[in-house]
Amino acid sequence: MRTSSAKLVASGVVVEYWLARSEAIFTAVEGVDLDVRDGEFVAIVGPSGCGKTTFLNAVDGLIPIAGGSLTLDGREISAPGRDRAMVFQQPGLLPWRTVLGNVLFGVEAQGTMTKGEALERARQQIELVGLTGFEDAYPSELSGGMQQRVNLARALLTDPEMLLLDEPFASLDAQTREMMQLELLKIWNKSRKTALFITHDIKEAIYLADRVIVFTKRPGRVKDSLEIEIPRPRDLRVKRDPKFLGYEDRIWDNIQEELAAKPERLLAGVTA
Amino acid sequence: MTIKEADRVLPVTRGESVKTRQRRSVVKPRRWKRYEPVVVGTISVGAFLAVWQAVATVNLTAKWMPALFLPSPTDTADAFVKLFTDPRQNIWADLGTSGFEFATGYVGALVVGLALGIAMGWYMRFQYALDPFVNFLYSTPRIVLIPLFIIWFGIDWQSKVAVIFLGALFPVVINTMAGVRNTDGALLRVARSFGASETLIFQRVVLPGAVPFILTGFRLGVGHALTGVVVGELIAARHGVGKLISDFGVTFQTPKMFAAILFIAGTGMLLTWLLQRIEKRFQSWRPQIKT
Repeated sequence: MRTSSAKLVASGVVVEYWLARSEAIFTAVEGVDLDVRDGEFVAIVGPSGCGKTTFLNAVDGLIPIAGGSLTLDGREISAPGRDRAMVFQQPGLLPWRTVLGNVLFGVEAQGTMTKGEALERARQQIELVGLTGFEDAYPSELSGGMQQRVNLARALLTDPEMLLLDEPFASLDAQTREMMQLELLKIWNKSRKTALFITHDIKEAIYLADRVIVFTKRPGRVKDSLEIEIPRPRDLRVKRDPKFLGYEDRIWDNIQEELAAKPERLLAGVTA
Repeated sequence: MTIKEADRVLPVTRGESVKTRQRRSVVKPRRWKRYEPVVVGTISVGAFLAVWQAVATVNLTAKWMPALFLPSPTDTADAFVKLFTDPRQNIWADLGTSGFEFATGYVGALVVGLALGIAMGWYMRFQYALDPFVNFLYSTPRIVLIPLFIIWFGIDWQSKVAVIFLGALFPVVINTMAGVRNTDGALLRVARSFGASETLIFQRVVLPGAVPFILTGFRLGVGHALTGVVVGELIAARHGVGKLISDFGVTFQTPKMFAAILFIAGTGMLLTWLLQRIEKRFQSWRPQIKT
Protein backbone atom coordinates (compact mmCIF):
# COMPACT_ATOMS: atom_id res chain seq x y z
CA MET A 1 0.00 0.00 0.00
CA ARG A 2 1.06 3.51 -0.68
CA THR A 3 1.69 5.88 2.13
CA SER A 4 0.60 9.10 0.41
CA SER A 5 -2.29 10.91 2.01
CA ALA A 6 -5.88 11.07 0.81
CA LYS A 7 -6.61 13.78 -1.69
CA LEU A 8 -10.28 13.33 -2.30
CA VAL A 9 -12.39 12.12 0.58
CA ALA A 10 -16.00 11.14 -0.02
CA SER A 11 -17.95 9.88 2.93
CA GLY A 12 -21.58 8.91 2.82
CA VAL A 13 -22.20 10.98 -0.30
CA VAL A 14 -25.87 11.12 -1.32
CA VAL A 15 -27.11 12.74 -4.51
CA GLU A 16 -30.80 13.17 -5.13
CA TYR A 17 -32.85 14.62 -7.94
CA TRP A 18 -36.28 16.07 -7.74
CA LEU A 19 -38.39 14.61 -10.51
CA ALA A 20 -40.92 17.27 -11.37
CA ARG A 21 -43.14 15.03 -13.46
CA SER A 22 -43.71 12.33 -10.91
CA GLU A 23 -43.26 14.68 -7.95
CA ALA A 24 -40.80 12.38 -6.31
CA ILE A 25 -37.24 12.24 -5.13
CA PHE A 26 -34.90 10.14 -7.17
CA THR A 27 -31.84 8.87 -5.36
CA ALA A 28 -28.96 8.49 -7.80
CA VAL A 29 -26.13 7.90 -5.35
CA GLU A 30 -26.55 6.74 -1.78
CA GLY A 31 -23.75 6.68 0.73
CA VAL A 32 -20.59 6.55 -1.34
CA ASP A 33 -17.45 6.20 0.76
CA LEU A 34 -14.29 6.64 -1.25
CA ASP A 35 -10.80 7.99 -0.67
CA VAL A 36 -8.51 8.84 -3.54
CA ARG A 37 -4.83 9.16 -2.63
CA ASP A 38 -2.57 11.86 -3.99
CA GLY A 39 -1.29 10.82 -7.39
CA GLU A 40 -3.60 7.85 -7.62
CA PHE A 41 -5.52 6.90 -10.74
CA VAL A 42 -8.91 5.56 -9.72
CA ALA A 43 -11.48 4.19 -12.13
CA ILE A 44 -15.12 3.66 -11.30
CA VAL A 45 -17.12 1.02 -13.15
CA GLY A 46 -20.65 -0.11 -12.61
CA PRO A 47 -23.82 -1.19 -14.38
CA SER A 48 -25.23 1.51 -16.62
CA GLY A 49 -27.39 4.02 -14.81
CA CYS A 50 -25.68 3.31 -11.49
CA GLY A 51 -24.96 6.96 -10.77
CA LYS A 52 -21.22 6.91 -11.44
CA THR A 53 -21.36 9.96 -13.71
CA THR A 54 -23.62 11.67 -11.19
CA PHE A 55 -21.01 11.06 -8.53
CA LEU A 56 -18.30 12.53 -10.77
CA ASN A 57 -20.44 15.60 -11.43
CA ALA A 58 -20.79 16.03 -7.68
CA VAL A 59 -17.02 15.85 -7.31
CA ASP A 60 -16.71 18.48 -10.02
CA GLY A 61 -19.20 20.62 -8.12
CA LEU A 62 -21.71 20.75 -10.95
CA ILE A 63 -24.46 19.23 -8.82
CA PRO A 64 -24.94 19.60 -5.08
CA ILE A 65 -24.84 16.65 -2.72
CA ALA A 66 -27.85 15.92 -0.54
CA GLY A 67 -25.94 14.24 2.23
CA GLY A 68 -22.50 13.16 3.43
CA SER A 69 -19.36 15.11 2.75
CA LEU A 70 -17.00 15.60 -0.13
CA THR A 71 -13.61 17.23 0.36
CA LEU A 72 -10.57 17.81 -1.81
CA ASP A 73 -7.36 18.59 0.07
CA GLY A 74 -9.54 19.14 3.11
CA ARG A 75 -11.73 21.77 1.45
CA GLU A 76 -15.43 21.18 1.10
CA ILE A 77 -16.56 20.89 -2.52
CA SER A 78 -19.58 23.06 -3.21
CA ALA A 79 -19.00 24.48 -6.69
CA PRO A 80 -16.67 23.96 -9.66
CA GLY A 81 -13.18 25.10 -8.82
CA ARG A 82 -9.72 25.60 -10.20
CA ASP A 83 -8.45 22.54 -8.36
CA ARG A 84 -10.51 20.23 -10.58
CA ALA A 85 -10.87 19.88 -14.34
CA MET A 86 -13.23 17.65 -16.22
CA VAL A 87 -12.76 15.78 -19.46
CA PHE A 88 -16.28 15.27 -20.76
CA GLN A 89 -17.85 12.36 -22.54
CA GLN A 90 -18.98 14.67 -25.33
CA PRO A 91 -16.07 16.87 -26.39
CA GLY A 92 -18.10 20.06 -25.89
CA LEU A 93 -15.91 22.17 -28.15
CA LEU A 94 -16.95 25.61 -29.32
CA PRO A 95 -17.56 25.04 -33.04
CA TRP A 96 -16.50 28.58 -33.98
CA ARG A 97 -13.14 28.28 -32.28
CA THR A 98 -10.03 26.58 -33.55
CA VAL A 99 -8.22 23.84 -31.66
CA LEU A 100 -6.00 26.45 -30.03
CA GLY A 101 -8.97 28.61 -29.07
CA ASN A 102 -10.76 25.63 -27.57
CA VAL A 103 -7.75 24.46 -25.60
CA LEU A 104 -7.51 27.98 -24.18
CA PHE A 105 -11.16 28.11 -23.18
CA GLY A 106 -10.70 26.45 -19.79
CA VAL A 107 -8.04 28.83 -18.48
CA GLU A 108 -9.89 31.72 -20.09
CA ALA A 109 -13.03 30.84 -18.11
CA GLN A 110 -10.98 30.55 -14.92
CA GLY A 111 -9.19 33.79 -15.66
CA THR A 112 -6.01 32.60 -13.98
CA MET A 113 -3.35 32.98 -16.65
CA THR A 114 -1.97 35.88 -18.66
CA LYS A 115 -2.64 35.59 -22.35
CA GLY A 116 0.98 35.16 -23.33
CA GLU A 117 1.60 32.44 -20.78
CA ALA A 118 -1.63 30.67 -21.67
CA LEU A 119 -0.78 30.73 -25.36
CA GLU A 120 2.66 29.30 -24.83
CA ARG A 121 1.47 26.55 -22.50
CA ALA A 122 -1.48 25.77 -24.76
CA ARG A 123 0.93 25.04 -27.57
CA GLN A 124 2.83 22.68 -25.28
CA GLN A 125 -0.38 20.89 -24.34
CA ILE A 126 -1.35 20.58 -27.96
CA GLU A 127 1.98 18.98 -28.65
CA LEU A 128 1.57 16.69 -25.65
CA VAL A 129 -1.76 15.36 -26.91
CA GLY A 130 -0.36 14.98 -30.41
CA LEU A 131 -2.25 17.68 -32.24
CA THR A 132 0.67 19.78 -33.44
CA GLY A 133 -0.16 21.11 -36.89
CA PHE A 134 -3.88 21.20 -36.13
CA GLU A 135 -3.85 24.36 -33.99
CA ASP A 136 -5.91 26.27 -36.54
CA ALA A 137 -8.33 23.47 -37.43
CA TYR A 138 -11.99 23.75 -36.46
CA PRO A 139 -13.72 21.00 -34.47
CA SER A 140 -15.85 20.03 -37.47
CA GLU A 141 -12.63 19.19 -39.31
CA LEU A 142 -11.45 16.80 -36.61
CA SER A 143 -12.18 13.13 -36.02
CA GLY A 144 -13.84 12.02 -32.78
CA GLY A 145 -10.50 10.93 -31.33
CA MET A 146 -8.88 14.24 -32.15
CA GLN A 147 -11.77 16.14 -30.60
CA GLN A 148 -11.26 14.19 -27.39
CA ARG A 149 -7.58 15.12 -27.45
CA VAL A 150 -8.63 18.76 -27.50
CA ASN A 151 -11.03 18.05 -24.64
CA LEU A 152 -8.16 16.51 -22.68
CA ALA A 153 -5.70 19.30 -23.49
CA ARG A 154 -8.24 21.90 -22.37
CA ALA A 155 -8.49 20.23 -18.97
CA LEU A 156 -4.74 19.66 -18.62
CA LEU A 157 -3.93 23.28 -19.42
CA THR A 158 -5.72 24.42 -16.26
CA ASP A 159 -3.20 22.33 -14.31
CA PRO A 160 -5.74 20.99 -11.79
CA GLU A 161 -5.05 19.17 -8.55
CA MET A 162 -7.36 16.46 -9.75
CA LEU A 163 -8.38 15.34 -13.20
CA LEU A 164 -11.94 14.07 -13.67
CA LEU A 165 -12.72 11.99 -16.72
CA ASP A 166 -16.29 11.08 -17.62
CA GLU A 167 -16.20 8.16 -20.07
CA PRO A 168 -14.05 10.23 -22.43
CA PHE A 169 -13.51 7.40 -24.91
CA ALA A 170 -16.99 5.89 -24.84
CA SER A 171 -18.08 7.27 -28.19
CA LEU A 172 -14.90 6.35 -30.05
CA ASP A 173 -14.48 3.27 -32.21
CA ALA A 174 -12.70 0.29 -30.64
CA GLN A 175 -9.30 0.86 -32.24
CA THR A 176 -9.21 4.57 -31.57
CA ARG A 177 -10.28 3.90 -28.01
CA GLU A 178 -7.35 1.57 -27.37
CA MET A 179 -4.89 4.05 -28.85
CA MET A 180 -6.34 6.84 -26.75
CA GLN A 181 -6.02 4.72 -23.60
CA LEU A 182 -2.36 4.13 -24.39
CA GLU A 183 -1.76 7.82 -25.00
CA LEU A 184 -3.67 8.88 -21.92
CA LEU A 185 -1.39 6.70 -19.82
CA LYS A 186 1.69 8.17 -21.49
CA ILE A 187 0.49 11.69 -20.78
CA TRP A 188 -0.62 10.83 -17.27
CA ASN A 189 2.75 9.23 -16.55
CA LYS A 190 4.44 12.59 -17.04
CA SER A 191 2.43 14.42 -14.40
CA ARG A 192 0.96 11.59 -12.30
CA LYS A 193 -1.97 13.78 -11.44
CA THR A 194 -4.67 12.41 -9.18
CA ALA A 195 -7.34 11.14 -11.55
CA LEU A 196 -10.88 9.86 -11.25
CA PHE A 197 -12.00 8.04 -14.37
CA ILE A 198 -15.57 6.90 -15.02
CA THR A 199 -16.17 4.15 -17.52
CA HIS A 200 -18.46 1.23 -18.27
CA ASP A 201 -15.59 -0.56 -20.02
CA ILE A 202 -14.05 -2.98 -17.51
CA LYS A 203 -10.88 -3.58 -19.52
CA GLU A 204 -10.36 0.15 -19.84
CA ALA A 205 -10.71 0.60 -16.11
CA ILE A 206 -8.18 -2.13 -15.26
CA TYR A 207 -5.75 -1.02 -17.93
CA LEU A 208 -5.67 2.61 -16.80
CA ALA A 209 -6.15 2.57 -13.07
CA ASP A 210 -4.21 1.91 -9.91
CA ARG A 211 -7.49 0.98 -8.30
CA VAL A 212 -10.88 0.05 -9.71
CA ILE A 213 -14.04 0.79 -7.78
CA VAL A 214 -17.18 -1.16 -8.62
CA PHE A 215 -20.48 0.59 -8.00
CA THR A 216 -23.72 -1.19 -7.18
CA LYS A 217 -26.67 -0.57 -9.39
CA ARG A 218 -28.73 2.49 -8.63
CA PRO A 219 -28.74 4.01 -6.10
CA GLY A 220 -24.97 3.74 -6.46
CA ARG A 221 -22.75 2.62 -3.60
CA VAL A 222 -19.24 1.22 -3.51
CA LYS A 223 -19.53 -2.53 -3.90
CA ASP A 224 -15.93 -3.52 -4.38
CA SER A 225 -12.50 -1.93 -4.51
CA LEU A 226 -9.68 -3.60 -6.33
CA GLU A 227 -5.97 -2.65 -6.36
CA ILE A 228 -4.53 -3.26 -9.79
CA GLU A 229 -1.03 -4.57 -9.29
CA ILE A 230 0.24 -4.36 -12.83
CA PRO A 231 3.50 -2.46 -13.12
CA ARG A 232 3.67 0.74 -15.14
CA PRO A 233 4.37 1.69 -17.84
CA ARG A 234 1.73 -0.62 -19.27
CA ASP A 235 1.44 -1.39 -22.95
CA LEU A 236 -1.75 -2.66 -24.55
CA ARG A 237 -0.46 -6.23 -24.30
CA VAL A 238 -1.12 -6.38 -20.56
CA LYS A 239 -4.77 -6.69 -21.44
CA ARG A 240 -4.10 -10.34 -22.27
CA ASP A 241 -2.05 -10.99 -19.15
CA PRO A 242 -3.55 -13.73 -16.88
CA LYS A 243 -3.49 -11.35 -13.95
CA PHE A 244 -5.42 -8.80 -15.97
CA LEU A 245 -7.99 -11.40 -16.92
CA GLY A 246 -8.31 -12.38 -13.28
CA TYR A 247 -9.22 -8.82 -12.35
CA GLU A 248 -11.65 -8.72 -15.21
CA ASP A 249 -13.40 -11.90 -14.01
CA ARG A 250 -13.74 -10.56 -10.52
CA ILE A 251 -15.25 -7.26 -11.69
CA TRP A 252 -17.57 -9.03 -14.09
CA ASP A 253 -18.80 -11.32 -11.32
CA ASN A 254 -19.54 -8.25 -9.24
CA ILE A 255 -21.47 -6.56 -11.98
CA GLN A 256 -23.40 -9.67 -12.92
CA GLU A 257 -24.40 -10.10 -9.33
CA GLU A 258 -25.72 -6.54 -9.36
CA LEU A 259 -27.61 -7.02 -12.58
CA ALA A 260 -29.20 -10.22 -11.31
CA ALA A 261 -30.26 -8.76 -7.99
CA LYS A 262 -33.88 -7.84 -7.42
CA PRO A 263 -34.58 -4.34 -8.66
CA GLU A 264 -35.17 -1.81 -5.93
CA ARG A 265 -38.08 0.53 -5.91
CA LEU A 266 -37.52 3.09 -8.64
CA LEU A 267 -38.73 6.04 -6.65
CA ALA A 268 -38.84 6.87 -3.03
CA GLY A 269 -42.36 8.14 -2.43
CA VAL A 270 -42.79 11.59 -1.03
CA THR A 271 -45.38 12.40 1.55
CA ALA A 272 -46.78 15.81 0.92
CA MET B 1 -27.50 -2.24 -66.21
CA THR B 2 -25.39 -0.69 -68.94
CA ILE B 3 -21.94 -1.98 -69.70
CA LYS B 4 -20.45 1.12 -68.16
CA GLU B 5 -22.22 0.63 -64.85
CA ALA B 6 -21.26 -3.01 -64.77
CA ASP B 7 -17.71 -1.92 -65.19
CA ARG B 8 -17.90 0.10 -62.03
CA VAL B 9 -19.57 -2.53 -59.93
CA LEU B 10 -17.41 -5.49 -60.84
CA PRO B 11 -14.64 -6.21 -58.37
CA VAL B 12 -11.09 -5.75 -59.47
CA THR B 13 -9.80 -9.13 -60.52
CA ARG B 14 -6.33 -10.48 -60.71
CA GLY B 15 -4.45 -10.20 -63.96
CA GLU B 16 -6.33 -7.32 -65.44
CA SER B 17 -4.41 -4.55 -67.11
CA VAL B 18 -3.44 -1.44 -65.17
CA LYS B 19 -5.31 0.61 -67.71
CA THR B 20 -8.75 -0.82 -66.97
CA ARG B 21 -8.05 -0.57 -63.32
CA GLN B 22 -7.35 3.14 -63.46
CA ARG B 23 -10.46 3.70 -65.46
CA ARG B 24 -12.47 1.92 -62.84
CA SER B 25 -11.02 3.35 -59.71
CA VAL B 26 -12.50 6.82 -59.86
CA VAL B 27 -16.12 7.54 -60.67
CA LYS B 28 -16.07 11.15 -61.78
CA PRO B 29 -19.32 13.05 -61.62
CA ARG B 30 -20.17 14.49 -65.01
CA ARG B 31 -19.27 18.13 -65.36
CA TRP B 32 -22.81 18.80 -66.47
CA LYS B 33 -24.06 18.07 -62.93
CA ARG B 34 -22.46 21.25 -61.66
CA TYR B 35 -24.25 23.47 -64.13
CA GLU B 36 -27.50 21.57 -64.14
CA PRO B 37 -29.42 23.85 -61.74
CA VAL B 38 -28.44 27.00 -63.62
CA VAL B 39 -29.08 25.51 -67.04
CA VAL B 40 -32.47 24.04 -66.17
CA GLY B 41 -33.48 27.24 -64.38
CA THR B 42 -32.51 29.37 -67.34
CA ILE B 43 -34.41 27.12 -69.75
CA SER B 44 -37.57 27.27 -67.65
CA VAL B 45 -37.43 31.06 -67.34
CA GLY B 46 -36.72 31.34 -71.07
CA ALA B 47 -39.67 29.12 -71.86
CA PHE B 48 -41.91 31.18 -69.62
CA LEU B 49 -40.83 34.41 -71.33
CA ALA B 50 -41.35 32.87 -74.75
CA VAL B 51 -44.88 31.76 -73.91
CA TRP B 52 -45.64 35.15 -72.40
CA GLN B 53 -44.32 36.90 -75.51
CA ALA B 54 -46.36 34.61 -77.75
CA VAL B 55 -49.57 35.12 -75.78
CA ALA B 56 -49.09 38.90 -75.76
CA THR B 57 -48.39 38.91 -79.50
CA VAL B 58 -51.41 36.78 -80.36
CA ASN B 59 -53.51 38.94 -78.06
CA LEU B 60 -52.72 41.95 -80.27
CA THR B 61 -54.89 40.43 -82.99
CA ALA B 62 -57.10 38.03 -81.06
CA LYS B 63 -58.13 40.71 -78.54
CA TRP B 64 -58.77 38.44 -75.56
CA MET B 65 -58.25 41.53 -73.52
CA PRO B 66 -57.18 45.08 -74.33
CA ALA B 67 -53.59 45.04 -75.50
CA LEU B 68 -52.83 47.68 -72.90
CA PHE B 69 -53.55 45.23 -70.10
CA LEU B 70 -51.10 42.60 -71.24
CA PRO B 71 -47.71 44.01 -72.21
CA SER B 72 -45.19 41.58 -73.66
CA PRO B 73 -41.78 40.94 -72.09
CA THR B 74 -40.20 43.24 -74.68
CA ASP B 75 -42.67 46.02 -73.87
CA THR B 76 -41.81 45.56 -70.22
CA ALA B 77 -38.08 45.71 -70.94
CA ASP B 78 -38.62 48.91 -72.93
CA ALA B 79 -40.60 50.41 -70.09
CA PHE B 80 -37.88 49.36 -67.64
CA VAL B 81 -35.23 51.22 -69.60
CA LYS B 82 -37.49 54.25 -69.98
CA LEU B 83 -38.22 54.23 -66.28
CA PHE B 84 -34.59 54.94 -65.58
CA THR B 85 -33.74 57.14 -68.57
CA ASP B 86 -36.80 59.33 -69.07
CA PRO B 87 -36.00 62.66 -67.38
CA ARG B 88 -39.72 63.36 -66.81
CA GLN B 89 -40.06 60.22 -64.73
CA ASN B 90 -37.79 61.36 -61.89
CA ILE B 91 -37.51 57.79 -60.59
CA TRP B 92 -34.52 58.61 -58.42
CA ALA B 93 -36.67 60.71 -56.13
CA ASP B 94 -39.03 57.76 -55.65
CA LEU B 95 -36.18 55.34 -55.14
CA GLY B 96 -34.61 57.74 -52.68
CA THR B 97 -37.80 57.98 -50.65
CA SER B 98 -38.41 54.23 -50.61
CA GLY B 99 -34.75 53.48 -49.93
CA PHE B 100 -34.65 55.89 -47.05
CA GLU B 101 -37.83 54.45 -45.54
CA PHE B 102 -36.56 50.93 -45.95
CA ALA B 103 -33.13 51.62 -44.49
CA THR B 104 -34.44 53.54 -41.49
CA GLY B 105 -37.15 51.05 -40.61
CA TYR B 106 -35.05 47.95 -41.27
CA VAL B 107 -31.92 49.08 -39.44
CA GLY B 108 -34.09 50.26 -36.56
CA ALA B 109 -35.71 46.82 -36.46
CA LEU B 110 -32.31 45.08 -36.44
CA VAL B 111 -31.03 47.15 -33.54
CA VAL B 112 -34.16 46.99 -31.41
CA GLY B 113 -34.95 43.39 -32.40
CA LEU B 114 -31.49 42.20 -31.49
CA ALA B 115 -31.63 43.88 -28.09
CA LEU B 116 -35.14 42.59 -27.33
CA GLY B 117 -34.37 39.10 -28.61
CA ILE B 118 -31.23 38.78 -26.54
CA ALA B 119 -32.95 40.09 -23.42
CA MET B 120 -35.92 37.78 -23.93
CA GLY B 121 -33.68 34.80 -24.56
CA TRP B 122 -31.45 35.44 -21.57
CA TYR B 123 -33.97 36.58 -18.95
CA MET B 124 -36.92 34.22 -18.66
CA ARG B 125 -39.00 36.80 -16.81
CA PHE B 126 -38.50 39.38 -19.51
CA GLN B 127 -39.79 36.87 -22.01
CA TYR B 128 -42.84 36.08 -19.88
CA ALA B 129 -43.58 39.81 -19.75
CA LEU B 130 -43.22 40.47 -23.47
CA ASP B 131 -44.53 37.20 -24.89
CA PRO B 132 -48.19 38.30 -25.02
CA PHE B 133 -47.27 41.41 -27.00
CA VAL B 134 -44.94 39.60 -29.34
CA ASN B 135 -47.52 36.91 -29.99
CA PHE B 136 -50.27 39.45 -30.52
CA LEU B 137 -48.33 41.58 -32.96
CA TYR B 138 -46.61 38.68 -34.70
CA SER B 139 -49.83 36.87 -35.49
CA THR B 140 -51.56 40.05 -36.69
CA PRO B 141 -50.72 41.18 -40.23
CA ARG B 142 -48.88 44.37 -39.41
CA ILE B 143 -50.45 45.94 -42.49
CA VAL B 144 -53.74 46.45 -40.66
CA LEU B 145 -51.94 49.06 -38.60
CA ILE B 146 -51.18 51.27 -41.61
CA PRO B 147 -54.41 53.34 -41.38
CA LEU B 148 -53.63 53.95 -37.72
CA PHE B 149 -50.06 54.97 -38.49
CA ILE B 150 -51.32 57.35 -41.16
CA ILE B 151 -53.54 59.01 -38.59
CA TRP B 152 -50.67 59.21 -36.14
CA PHE B 153 -47.75 60.02 -38.40
CA GLY B 154 -49.27 61.34 -41.64
CA ILE B 155 -48.76 60.02 -45.15
CA ASP B 156 -45.07 60.84 -45.40
CA TRP B 157 -42.10 58.63 -44.55
CA GLN B 158 -42.83 58.38 -40.82
CA SER B 159 -45.85 56.09 -41.19
CA LYS B 160 -43.90 53.87 -43.65
CA VAL B 161 -40.93 53.60 -41.33
CA ALA B 162 -43.29 52.54 -38.55
CA VAL B 163 -44.78 49.73 -40.66
CA ILE B 164 -41.40 48.57 -41.95
CA PHE B 165 -39.97 48.63 -38.45
CA LEU B 166 -42.78 46.54 -37.02
CA GLY B 167 -42.68 44.16 -39.96
CA ALA B 168 -38.98 43.40 -39.72
CA LEU B 169 -38.85 43.52 -35.93
CA PHE B 170 -40.52 40.22 -35.11
CA PRO B 171 -38.52 37.84 -37.28
CA VAL B 172 -35.40 39.36 -35.74
CA VAL B 173 -36.72 39.17 -32.17
CA ILE B 174 -38.01 35.63 -32.48
CA ASN B 175 -34.95 34.21 -34.19
CA THR B 176 -32.51 35.97 -31.87
CA MET B 177 -34.42 34.67 -28.88
CA ALA B 178 -34.40 31.14 -30.31
CA GLY B 179 -30.66 31.41 -30.95
CA VAL B 180 -29.92 32.47 -27.39
CA ARG B 181 -32.21 29.74 -26.02
CA ASN B 182 -30.76 27.04 -28.23
CA THR B 183 -27.33 27.17 -26.69
CA ASP B 184 -25.87 23.69 -26.60
CA GLY B 185 -26.29 22.32 -23.06
CA ALA B 186 -22.99 20.46 -23.34
CA LEU B 187 -21.15 23.73 -23.97
CA LEU B 188 -22.82 25.34 -20.97
CA ARG B 189 -21.79 22.42 -18.78
CA VAL B 190 -18.19 22.74 -19.96
CA ALA B 191 -18.18 26.48 -19.27
CA ARG B 192 -19.73 26.03 -15.81
CA SER B 193 -17.31 23.24 -14.99
CA PHE B 194 -14.40 25.58 -15.63
CA GLY B 195 -16.04 28.15 -13.38
CA ALA B 196 -16.92 30.64 -16.12
CA SER B 197 -18.88 33.69 -14.98
CA GLU B 198 -22.33 34.29 -16.40
CA THR B 199 -21.00 37.28 -18.32
CA LEU B 200 -18.26 35.20 -19.90
CA ILE B 201 -20.71 32.43 -20.74
CA PHE B 202 -22.96 34.97 -22.40
CA GLN B 203 -20.22 36.68 -24.38
CA ARG B 204 -18.20 33.70 -25.49
CA VAL B 205 -20.65 30.81 -25.60
CA VAL B 206 -24.24 32.01 -25.97
CA LEU B 207 -23.86 34.99 -28.27
CA PRO B 208 -21.49 33.48 -30.86
CA GLY B 209 -23.70 30.39 -30.92
CA ALA B 210 -26.73 32.52 -31.70
CA VAL B 211 -25.16 34.23 -34.73
CA PRO B 212 -26.57 31.85 -37.36
CA PHE B 213 -30.07 32.26 -35.93
CA ILE B 214 -29.71 36.03 -35.78
CA LEU B 215 -28.68 36.13 -39.43
CA THR B 216 -31.72 34.07 -40.37
CA GLY B 217 -33.84 36.65 -38.56
CA PHE B 218 -32.16 39.42 -40.52
CA ARG B 219 -32.85 37.64 -43.80
CA LEU B 220 -36.51 36.97 -43.02
CA GLY B 221 -36.83 40.61 -41.93
CA VAL B 222 -35.90 41.82 -45.43
CA GLY B 223 -39.04 40.33 -46.95
CA HIS B 224 -41.29 41.82 -44.30
CA ALA B 225 -39.61 45.22 -44.60
CA LEU B 226 -40.05 45.30 -48.38
CA THR B 227 -43.70 44.39 -48.01
CA GLY B 228 -44.02 47.28 -45.58
CA VAL B 229 -42.48 49.75 -48.01
CA VAL B 230 -44.63 48.81 -50.94
CA VAL B 231 -47.94 48.30 -49.16
CA GLY B 232 -47.46 51.43 -47.08
CA GLU B 233 -46.90 53.48 -50.19
CA LEU B 234 -49.70 51.82 -52.11
CA ILE B 235 -52.19 52.91 -49.48
CA ALA B 236 -51.17 56.52 -49.14
CA ALA B 237 -47.98 58.34 -50.06
CA ARG B 238 -46.56 61.25 -51.95
CA HIS B 239 -43.42 59.52 -53.28
CA GLY B 240 -41.89 56.08 -53.46
CA VAL B 241 -41.86 52.97 -55.61
CA GLY B 242 -45.16 51.75 -54.18
CA LYS B 243 -46.76 55.07 -54.98
CA LEU B 244 -45.29 54.81 -58.47
CA ILE B 245 -46.91 51.41 -59.02
CA SER B 246 -50.19 52.74 -57.72
CA ASP B 247 -50.00 55.71 -60.13
CA PHE B 248 -49.14 53.48 -63.08
CA GLY B 249 -52.08 51.27 -62.16
CA VAL B 250 -54.71 53.97 -62.07
CA THR B 251 -53.39 55.49 -65.32
CA PHE B 252 -53.26 52.10 -67.11
CA GLN B 253 -49.50 52.30 -67.73
CA THR B 254 -49.23 48.54 -67.43
CA PRO B 255 -45.76 48.07 -68.99
CA LYS B 256 -44.26 50.54 -66.53
CA MET B 257 -46.12 48.91 -63.70
CA PHE B 258 -44.66 45.54 -64.68
CA ALA B 259 -41.22 47.13 -64.82
CA ALA B 260 -41.58 48.61 -61.35
CA ILE B 261 -42.81 45.30 -59.94
CA LEU B 262 -39.80 43.59 -61.50
CA PHE B 263 -37.55 46.14 -59.90
CA ILE B 264 -38.97 45.49 -56.43
CA ALA B 265 -38.78 41.73 -56.89
CA GLY B 266 -35.17 42.07 -58.03
CA THR B 267 -34.26 44.16 -55.00
CA GLY B 268 -35.79 41.61 -52.67
CA MET B 269 -33.99 38.73 -54.36
CA LEU B 270 -30.69 40.56 -54.28
CA LEU B 271 -30.91 41.44 -50.59
CA THR B 272 -32.00 37.93 -49.65
CA TRP B 273 -29.20 36.44 -51.70
CA LEU B 274 -26.64 38.65 -50.02
CA LEU B 275 -27.82 37.70 -46.56
CA GLN B 276 -27.94 34.04 -47.54
CA ARG B 277 -24.29 34.23 -48.52
CA ILE B 278 -23.39 35.70 -45.15
CA GLU B 279 -25.48 33.05 -43.41
CA LYS B 280 -23.70 30.28 -45.26
CA ARG B 281 -20.37 31.44 -43.91
CA PHE B 282 -21.65 30.86 -40.41
CA GLN B 283 -23.62 27.74 -41.28
CA SER B 284 -20.96 25.25 -40.20
CA TRP B 285 -21.58 25.67 -36.49
CA ARG B 286 -25.33 25.83 -36.63
CA PRO B 287 -26.80 23.04 -34.53
CA GLN B 288 -28.96 20.71 -36.58
CA ILE B 289 -32.60 21.34 -35.79
CA LYS B 290 -35.24 18.93 -36.92
CA THR B 291 -38.39 20.63 -38.02
